[in-house]
Amino acid sequence: MSFVLDTHLMLHILRAQNIARRYFITNGFDGALTILGMVTGFYISGMTDISIAISACLGATIALFMSGLSSAYLSEKAEREKELLELEQALIRDLKTSDYGRASRYLPIMIALVNGFSPLILCLLILSPLFLAEQISFLFVSPFINSIVIAFVSIFLLGVFLGKISQTFWLWSGLRTLLIALFTIFIILLFGQ
Amino acid sequence: MTTIRKLVLDILKPHEPNAIDFCLALASVGDRYQINLIVAEVDEKTETIVVTIEAPDINFAEISAIVQKMGASIHSIDEVEVHGEAAL
Repeated sequence: MSFVLDTHLMLHILRAQNIARRYFITNGFDGALTILGMVTGFYISGMTDISIAISACLGATIALFMSGLSSAYLSEKAEREKELLELEQALIRDLKTSDYGRASRYLPIMIALVNGFSPLILCLLILSPLFLAEQISFLFVSPFINSIVIAFVSIFLLGVFLGKISQTFWLWSGLRTLLIALFTIFIILLFGQ
Repeated sequence: MTTIRKLVLDILKPHEPNAIDFCLALASVGDRYQINLIVAEVDEKTETIVVTIEAPDINFAEISAIVQKMGASIHSIDEVEVHGEAAL
């Protein structure tokens, strides 16, 4: 597959940035909330063995990455192929070697990478206090608490990003997503008791 | 040398790229290409356009390749102007 991307192909790719942005936020949010829930669950259960928590959370992170990658690729590929077929029928010609054909092959890969890497990066960021538990022991705060704080900050920043997209006040947008995270914690604590 | 100085082509293209990008792509084929585009018909997924190309020496093979690359197809060549060599 040639990776020489010329101007017109780039235009097709740039037009797909809305979809990629949507997937970034959706799956990033999924990942952040999932790991927040797991870390909160470990904390309220009184878990002291960090390695078990890391293994469980890493397992979930990898599963989220693979799920994001494969689901986005399969669904986007199906949509692009359908669009290409409809256009080929309208134009009465094969478009496989045209910019449309190439974009329909590249775009699902690009979107799948965004959908897979967004939860992976956020989850690894949230889990970083657990990885560095020994190095940051001088803080005298549980690494789970540090992870929960990072999760809240990540979710708040996702909200701020959403606010920038929709051109609403960034603080309200950030607080809105933070509220969702707090409500999630509340439900976990409720069920935990 | 015999050169093509003017072509009028009937082309069926998808909505993207738009008329401006389409003309810019055709004009980039060679030096001093003048492109005129008129949209003749529009439907849900495609549009029929009439493109007039004028240049000192039009490379039809390149024009055809660019049109194909952008997902369009040349339905007919409606007008041609060719200049032959001057007699010695």
